[in-house]
Amino acid sequence: MESFLAIGLIVGKLAVVIAILLILPIPLTWIERKIAGHIQQRLGPMRVGWHGLLQPLADGIKLLFKEDHIPVEADRFLFTLAPIIALVPPFLVFVAIPIGDSITLFGTEITLYLADMNVGLLYILAVAGIEVYGVILAGWASNSKYAVLGSLRTCAQMISYEIPMGFSVIGVVMLAQSMSLLDIVESQAGLWNIVTQPLGFFVFFVSGLAEAQRIPFDLPEAEGDLGAGYHTEYSGMRFSFFMISEYLIVVFLSALMVLLFFGGWHGIAMIPLPPVVWFLLKLSFFIWMFMWLRFTFPRYRYDQLMSIGWKVLLPLSLANILISGVFML
Amino acid sequence: MARTPRTDSGAAIRIVFQGGTMETAFFLLFAGMAVLSALVVVVARNPVHSALSLMVCFVQIAALFILLGSPFLAVIQIFVYVGAVMVLFLFVIMMLDVRKDVHVRFRASAVPALIVLVILGAEMLALLLGSGHIPALSAAAGPDVAGSVKELSLTLFADYLLPFEVASVVLLVALVGAIVLAKKETG
Amino acid sequence: MTDVTVLDEIEQDGKSTQEVLLNLGPQHPSTHGVLRLVLEMEGEYVARVDPHIGYLHRGTEKLAEDFTYTQIIPLTDRLDYLCPPSTNQAFVLAVERLLDIEAPERAQYIRVMMTELSRISGHLLIAGALPMDVGAMTVLLYTMREREMVLDLLEMICGARMHTSFCRVGGVREDLPEGFAERVREFCEIFPQRISDYERLVARNRVFLQRTKGIAVITPEDAIDLGLSGPNLRASGVDWDIRRDCPYEIYDRLDFNVIVREGGDCYDRWQCRIDEMRESTRIIEQCMRDMPQGPFQTDDPKVAFPVDKALLSCSMETQINHFELSAYGFKVPAGEIYSCVEAPKGELGFYIISDGSEKPFRMKVRAPSFVNLQALQGASNMDYLADVVAMLGSLDPVLAEVDK
Repeated sequence: MESFLAIGLIVGKLAVVIAILLILPIPLTWIERKIAGHIQQRLGPMRVGWHGLLQPLADGIKLLFKEDHIPVEADRFLFTLAPIIALVPPFLVFVAIPIGDSITLFGTEITLYLADMNVGLLYILAVAGIEVYGVILAGWASNSKYAVLGSLRTCAQMISYEIPMGFSVIGVVMLAQSMSLLDIVESQAGLWNIVTQPLGFFVFFVSGLAEAQRIPFDLPEAEGDLGAGYHTEYSGMRFSFFMISEYLIVVFLSALMVLLFFGGWHGIAMIPLPPVVWFLLKLSFFIWMFMWLRFTFPRYRYDQLMSIGWKVLLPLSLANILISGVFML
Repeated sequence: MARTPRTDSGAAIRIVFQGGTMETAFFLLFAGMAVLSALVVVVARNPVHSALSLMVCFVQIAALFILLGSPFLAVIQIFVYVGAVMVLFLFVIMMLDVRKDVHVRFRASAVPALIVLVILGAEMLALLLGSGHIPALSAAAGPDVAGSVKELSLTLFADYLLPFEVASVVLLVALVGAIVLAKKETG
Repeated sequence: MTDVTVLDEIEQDGKSTQEVLLNLGPQHPSTHGVLRLVLEMEGEYVARVDPHIGYLHRGTEKLAEDFTYTQIIPLTDRLDYLCPPSTNQAFVLAVERLLDIEAPERAQYIRVMMTELSRISGHLLIAGALPMDVGAMTVLLYTMREREMVLDLLEMICGARMHTSFCRVGGVREDLPEGFAERVREFCEIFPQRISDYERLVARNRVFLQRTKGIAVITPEDAIDLGLSGPNLRASGVDWDIRRDCPYEIYDRLDFNVIVREGGDCYDRWQCRIDEMRESTRIIEQCMRDMPQGPFQTDDPKVAFPVDKALLSCSMETQINHFELSAYGFKVPAGEIYSCVEAPKGELGFYIISDGSEKPFRMKVRAPSFVNLQALQGASNMDYLADVVAMLGSLDPVLAEVDK
């Protein structure tokens, strides 16, 4: 009986997480457009609903009814598969992301995470690495030069920035002596990692921007030179799959930054707020930061991007490991 | 960093898995998928399809590692093979004009390769049938999951330090060699 | 575009590689119109750039042969549609020189002021478009805000935002409206601060500098050989501005600096335009200060429409004069002329041959964008696809003017 209750709880939590993740891009597009609007001295969406609140729904309906176009001589199987492959990893990643310790509801203790893996961090990085497949296959299957160029760029970019990203969290793992995200957050109960690992955070943040393909590293879809990059040929719902996965990656990277460097759900003692609220507040801040950067910076060129990854971030992340080791000894 | 144990999801899954039949079923599922996708790698005409099914194969193997009680190896499998090696494969394939090669099936020169394949296959079959370890393979390696990262690193950095260092040096040499080769071409 | 076009296979140790032809445009976000660039790509490298033009060809020059001189003025609007007052001015000046007349002083001040306003509006677009081409979208929306102010001013003068058609042979169409001086003064006060805003946002941004500094360099010698003009020429260090070196209208009475920069790269071409906007603001201020009262049109009834509307309804002579000018236009003595002005894009010249009739026998436009576009093939250090985009953005071609 107990085991069935436990399984029911897992399934329930899974359903909630999936539902939230599917709905999340809707407010996020609205927020992003509003932020863009106010940064650029305009109002953003205003027509559909109060202050354009229903704009994402209108967009969704538009995308649903758009012609689902598949180019001639495209690889139809991969063309159809690619958006789905792009969508799966962001969902998988959230299995391992805790948003709090546990809460008590109706006398039952409910943990605010799906799985506490002892290799949680590694799992997240590994699954995030699969994301690149959707992009590569989309670009290749489209049989369009812009798309292929876009996905070639993505390929090189994702592989190059995964390395500094992986190295930059080693310092955190060393401090927590564990790869479980719960342990990592608990190790920051007194002092947030940002104080001891500023270099690690910097490298993680920059390579996170690159992994999410956001400005200044949004080369795969640089509209200035590639039209729309790897999803040039996509329309309708297939296109929106890429958009959803892009937003989820932003959320997931923000969550990871909060968990690894900003104390997770630990707040500042002076302001008493529930831990989950603390977590969501920090999460929103980083999501906002991603959007803010997008409308402020130009983008790097391909070779500049590569040299930043290999010549700046990689040595910095290695130095971070060394410094952390020296201090720990 | 000792932490109070929690009633987490892993426990619940373990409860279900202790039945044993469930585990066998999962093993058969993953193993079957792995063999099937490996077959597609060879049979598929389009190199990109081959690469993709090789990736599927790797993911299945990672799942098998989890069944064997070694999530660390599973994650490393995905991290290194799926996340990096296969991406590079695809990267190279994309540069080629694969549409030309799609129409070429097995060539005459493939006959010796076929012979070698048959011999190796027979050898492997004989080995498998001859040994008595098959039932043990499908059983879980051990319930102690938590220590696997630590144990692995201790083994690697203490017991096998010299081979580890030698392997690193060999890799470094390969790296330098690759750079030298690449440099030559541009003059 | 579906299949990879094989150019020449480069054999190397038995392996063969192919260059890929990439069509950039005619529909593409960063070609600023309907330009088509055929690029030979080696991966991210660009081996050759081949511009294909003509997608916006409307036969302006040929059309002009069937139009009277007054009717041609709206055609010139459509050349550089970002700054029509300057193309109007260039054409009208050429005809006036053929006729050997001069517009009254007030008309000249009005024309120069409008030209400078349009120079600001044209430069504002490029000041925002180059950052957008390299990925910073926000600047464009800031510059559009100020461009709106300029367009409002133009609308106040002549009722049109884009195609002003305000110049007439022998003057301008109307006098300045009431309350215009205050609006211009307001604009001139606000605008310099706004320029500093753009510079703060972009010019010290490391990413922008890395994308534009030292990219697509044109040496002074190359710039002259290619026949570049305008800000593109001055950014390469050649000190040449028609407004100062062969002054027309009232430019010799105005105090302004000619902006010259040394680098000849994308950044200098951008910065050159930013600084020119400051100078244009100064010119507008001087124009408004020094503008004399008086007629805005020449009083030669052979050329100019009657100004006094009251006279039109009671004087037979005036009515006939108006009818003839409307129906047949005015005759221009036989001869030929080349006359050029410093338009925002560079040297804009009109070469007109008249056979003594009301219509030009032949009209040739020396469009600065057309010549400037050649620099796409003459620039060095333009290796990557993204550099080509930055180069194109910094050259600031208007395709309507290129194709005519």
